[in-house]
Amino acid sequence: MKLLAKSPWVVHFNCNSCNGCDIEFLACLTPLYDLERFGILHMGNPKHADILVVTGSVNHRNARVLENTYLQIPDPKVVVALGVCSSTGGIFADCYNVLGGIDQVVPVDVFVPGCPPRPEAIIDGLVQSLGKLEAKRVGKAVPPVTKLVRTFRPPAEPGEKKED
Amino acid sequence: MWSAWETIHAFFNRDCPAFLPAVLVVAAPLVGAFLMGLDRKITARIQGRIGPPILQPVYDVLKLFAKEPIFLNRLYIFYVLMHLAFMILAVVLLALGQDILIILFVHAFSTISLILGALAVRSPFSRIGASRKIMQMVAYEPVLILFVVGFYLSTPVPHSFLASGAMHLNQPLLFSLPLLLPAYFAAVVIKMEKSPFDVSAGQHAHQELVRGVTLEYSGPFLAVIKIAHFYEVFFIFTIMAMFWSTNLWIGAGLALAAFFAQIVVDNTNARLTTFWMVRFMWGGPMLLALCNIIWLYGTGRG
Repeated sequence: MKLLAKSPWVVHFNCNSCNGCDIEFLACLTPLYDLERFGILHMGNPKHADILVVTGSVNHRNARVLENTYLQIPDPKVVVALGVCSSTGGIFADCYNVLGGIDQVVPVDVFVPGCPPRPEAIIDGLVQSLGKLEAKRVGKAVPPVTKLVRTFRPPAEPGEKKED
Repeated sequence: MWSAWETIHAFFNRDCPAFLPAVLVVAAPLVGAFLMGLDRKITARIQGRIGPPILQPVYDVLKLFAKEPIFLNRLYIFYVLMHLAFMILAVVLLALGQDILIILFVHAFSTISLILGALAVRSPFSRIGASRKIMQMVAYEPVLILFVVGFYLSTPVPHSFLASGAMHLNQPLLFSLPLLLPAYFAAVVIKMEKSPFDVSAGQHAHQELVRGVTLEYSGPFLAVIKIAHFYEVFFIFTIMAMFWSTNLWIGAGLALAAFFAQIVVDNTNARLTTFWMVRFMWGGPMLLALCNIIWLYGTGRG
């Protein structure tokens, strides 16, 4: 019996997000999408949760907080990186304080692309993570993570003038 | 139908008194879980959602047992086990038709165990949840005590506190305790952690104080709290059914009506502050209950 996949509880962590992804995530709980029909509850407490949903890129200040939140979730657990910022750092990747995607700090199981992702994509990502959650419980090998988004930085040309 | 019930009742009481409690220890949490699942489904439908399956609370508990047990200290785990043990004891004593005053105290001690457990950790949210749970007890316990007094006065002379006396009343309890029914219903709304009184720990997807008294419990220990809540749901609606205990079909109907009414109350009210709750309970339902007791004395039943 798929114990974990039937009642996944989610804790949502806003790392450094612009709140676009957070609003889209909360939209999944509305009557139109109704995540609770899968038994998914929004917990707000890592000690009760199975899935850690992270929005926004990780920086020097919140890396420790994110790791702490991750460690408070009892095993088996999965991490879903919601949106392009939490996958790679997004448009903030070049900021002086940003470390990049959250996979720099915690192991990520599912990357959900988009800026912000559509509610359908978020639900799809969460449902994908349920399979990994179940695989972790029975000790099966978890399929490798596919990162659909990559950071692209054009190399600086020599002698290029800085724009004002 | 009625004579069949009498036969069954006589069998349980005279021939095999341990049978009903033994069945209820297994059946009560299942009934409680079913009611909680129904609660979530109806709440979802009221809000225009599809909602989780009816058996969702069972899935939740099974999942929690599959999780890693993390705990901070042994004391608060001990308290949560006491919470479950005393809740089961309250259901068993009620099934055995024991002294209803003792049953009420056992039930109150079960809640106090949960509060002590929440106070045995250093999380501020857990402690605020515990203090609010105490205020909830301050709000509803007088009504429960007055219910017991009213029950005592309603039994034929010589009066008795025995819950089994509810089966031998001349008229339903509701006829002698009409004002205690709404008062007890208000207490039920608090016990079920429903809006406007869900101040100490949010149920479902409502959030208050992160998770209030249950904050530091995870995995199997949280499952123990969930199971205790299933017993409690069964317990409080059995007390509700006692208002028409002379015919348990009507009693069960009354309990079901109260169950649906508290879902509607939950969905049509916003959460209010702790002290508003205490003021409301002492000003409204407790006064109603007191008037009922005074009226019982006035009609010479005291």
